[in-house]
Amino acid sequence: MTETKNTSPSAGDAPTAETRGLLPLPLAAARALLLAGGIATAASTFLAWTWTSAFPGDLTVTGYPGGLQWLTFTAGILTTLFALASYGIRGLGWLIPARNNAPLFLTALGGFGVTWYTVLAISVDLGGLANLEPGGFIAAIASLLPVIGALSLPEKATGDTKEHLKAYITKAEQIPAPQDLAPWIERAVITVVTIIGLGVFTYGIDTEYGELFIGYLIVVVFSVWALHTAGLLDRFSRLVARHRSFTLAMGFAAAIAFPFTQTDDHYANIGVNILIFGTVALGLNIVVGLAGLLDLGYVAFLGVGAYTAALVSGSEFSTFSGVHFPFWAAALTGAAASLVFGILIGAPTLRLRGDYLAIVTLGFGEIFRIAVNNMDGDSGPDITNGPNGIPSIPDLKLFGFNLGESHDIAGFTLGRFANYYLLMVLIMAIVVLVYTRAADSRIGRSWIAIREDETAATAMGINGFRVKLIAFALGAALAGLAGTVSAHVTYSVVPTPYQFAGSTPPNSAFLLAAVVLGGMGTVAGPILGAALLYLLPEKLVFLQDKSLLAFGIALILLMRFRPEGIIANRRRQLEFHETGQLDVPQTTTLTDDSATVTKAGA
Amino acid sequence: MTTMTTQTTQTTTPVLEARNVTMRFGGLTAVRSVDFTVNAGEIVGLIGPNGAGKTTFFNCLTGLYVPTEGTVSYKGTVLPPKPHLVTQAGIARTFQNIRLFANMTVLENVLVGRHTRTKEGLWSALLRGPGFKKAEKASEERSMELLEFIGLAHKRDHLARNLPYGEQRKLEIARALASEPGLLLLDEPTAGMNPQETRATEELVFAIRDKGIAVLLIEHDMRFVFNLSDRVAVLVQGEKLVEGTSEVVQADERVIAAYLGEPFEGEPGAAEAAEVEAAEAQSTISKGEDR
Ligand SMILES: Nc1ncnc2c1ncn2[C@@H]1O[C@H](COP(=O)(O)OP(=O)(O)OP(=O)(O)O)[C@@H](O)[C@H]1O
Ligand SMILES: [Mg+2]
Repeated sequence: MTETKNTSPSAGDAPTAETRGLLPLPLAAARALLLAGGIATAASTFLAWTWTSAFPGDLTVTGYPGGLQWLTFTAGILTTLFALASYGIRGLGWLIPARNNAPLFLTALGGFGVTWYTVLAISVDLGGLANLEPGGFIAAIASLLPVIGALSLPEKATGDTKEHLKAYITKAEQIPAPQDLAPWIERAVITVVTIIGLGVFTYGIDTEYGELFIGYLIVVVFSVWALHTAGLLDRFSRLVARHRSFTLAMGFAAAIAFPFTQTDDHYANIGVNILIFGTVALGLNIVVGLAGLLDLGYVAFLGVGAYTAALVSGSEFSTFSGVHFPFWAAALTGAAASLVFGILIGAPTLRLRGDYLAIVTLGFGEIFRIAVNNMDGDSGPDITNGPNGIPSIPDLKLFGFNLGESHDIAGFTLGRFANYYLLMVLIMAIVVLVYTRAADSRIGRSWIAIREDETAATAMGINGFRVKLIAFALGAALAGLAGTVSAHVTYSVVPTPYQFAGSTPPNSAFLLAAVVLGGMGTVAGPILGAALLYLLPEKLVFLQDKSLLAFGIALILLMRFRPEGIIANRRRQLEFHETGQLDVPQTTTLTDDSATVTKAGA
Repeated sequence: MTTMTTQTTQTTTPVLEARNVTMRFGGLTAVRSVDFTVNAGEIVGLIGPNGAGKTTFFNCLTGLYVPTEGTVSYKGTVLPPKPHLVTQAGIARTFQNIRLFANMTVLENVLVGRHTRTKEGLWSALLRGPGFKKAEKASEERSMELLEFIGLAHKRDHLARNLPYGEQRKLEIARALASEPGLLLLDEPTAGMNPQETRATEELVFAIRDKGIAVLLIEHDMRFVFNLSDRVAVLVQGEKLVEGTSEVVQADERVIAAYLGEPFEGEPGAAEAAEVEAAEAQSTISKGEDR
């Protein structure tokens, strides 16, 4: 039986003696199971899974999918596509360029995961398996088939079952180089991916109940993982690298398009909060990701910006209630105030290294919150109104355009939050520009050098204190800028959100987590991390006090399996870029080199 | 062995002058009252048993350590003990334990070396005026020239961490050269290299000297040092024992004794105790972290 597998021409892997499936099914049967299972899974969503609409999403209808069934449907279709690709169907080969099994197994697992999650959630929510219609059982069985099929595909077996299983989820070692595409096709690919991305993202934000969000996460995680193991993400990032500014433009176009896809301003509110959170995370990324300075009190700079804007924007409760700056002036004042605080905090502390800096910034963050809490005229000067904060910050007016009111644009109604969302897109664009330009310059290189090896960096002539202070101050100013908008979005500023850790973002711990999870030193990483970290507590409210626990577990899992963050830095990717160059025989390198040197020396 | 018997054209303009440099770590005097001069166009070797204080002396020269006593001057001006100002002044160095920026590319490593010779700050990076672009381009060109000189141009986009050991050492030299130094300090540039690579490094050091850069190098490979150096100084127990041409130093029996651990007449310090310490240092220090 193993013989048949090894000699099978389309098996792809170089046939070695010990390739066999984890489950003992012939290759043909395994493939067939994958394909049939994928189709069956997708088809089963057209059946009723439960008899009552008490479970959210209405899964009672025979005839078309609803709620979580859509996710199962999507996963089933993906499994089918990958299965067809593994048959070598023309036009689908690009889905699995390396012809490895991991994408098949992972998409199958995604379908299995979301289906079984749904079925179990129905049983648990409604109290017992009796609440399942036959369709539910059919779906459960159908989604199991592709998993069995995938596990029967031949993989290198080393005798150890755990190692064997690992082979089914690891990325292909060698991904054949893609054929060159015309630039316009590459751009078209980027455009399509952006549109799909926007769709997926919007779906996630718009999920109406926690179960749907969890199902969504299952499908997205397994699908993305599958694409990663297939090598498609690497290919895409190579495309991105080639069309950097085009991708950036598409990204912003997608971001601008988002509010137009929304009918409920509530989701635009989530959007604007994600943007604020993401912008601040990106600012923190300069400090942590580029310069390698662990700042545990970063949210205080957001607070400084927000409070400054609140004080000068004409709120009647402000100490300077007469002052009403236009937005640009308030934004600059907020950023400048944060900058000044950044320098004041940085100047004495940046001479410290590592842990000491972390502790001092942690302290500063708390001092800010406590100070603001106490400056109410009783225990301190009357500046910030203490715990009551500064309420009724008027809405912004830009060019006669009141951001507080709904506007109709080309048939779309943009509510208040959608307006602020668009303003935040602009601010984020500025921050992204600042980040990318600063990172790719003499100063950016010296930040990275300091992060890599401070002693060597100073020995190369870098004034460590100076460049660290610049990073710190720049990061602070960007957070302050975001803070000025956030003050207007929320109408009021109060001390409580600006703490080190809490169950909702933004707080310093969440900001740091967003940077680390998303991928340090990248642009997209912290934004993605921020979106994820904002949505998790927002959507998982039904877990109540257990949400932080679930959240913690999720973080640990992510850091265990992808320590470099969701989006790996180019540098980290480069680690795998050179093919086995460490194995280059010493002598060959040497003869090359001595020749060059002799020539140079002559 | 090699044909390069170095010409002793002593251009006696001193580049580096260390006066009475002493470095104490608590009770331990790692460097004791060392006077030292490197002249323009010279290659000077610094040898001594493990733990003799050679690296410590380098650290004092480059401002990584603030010497307990003494001054270091470069071309007549006294250097402040700040590493970045020392580099700015014109002294560049490599490290005994390679200290590249591991997650930066080969080219970026060299570009960082150009830090002191470029000015573009944050504002010009953000505004990206024509001046910025010109400076970046010039920096890149200069760095690529150096990479070609060193023979690593074809690996410009590789991560430093992925280079083989010998190439990492070379890259460190290129990075140091990028700061356009007048004096290059090399701390054991051939450590861990095979004979072939050592030969290549020898040629490289001559080529660097021919660019008009004085070189001071620490080395344990005696053949390498004596081949290269116009002058060799021997550091034992933190003190400068002998200084002179290769022939003089090679013939000096105190040096042989210091390396072999035999007592001899006129030896500085408490003989026995020193020997034991040196032997101990040999086993421990050789593995220890160097700054
Ligand atoms: N930062 C430090 N603190 C305390 N002692 C130190 C420090 N740096 C060096 N020393 C001590 O100074 C002495 C000289 O060390 P150094 O590294 O300069 O020797 P070396 O001549 O470079 O030896 P090697 O040939 O092994 O590199 C050693 O005894 C070492 O332990
Ligand atoms: Mg040493």
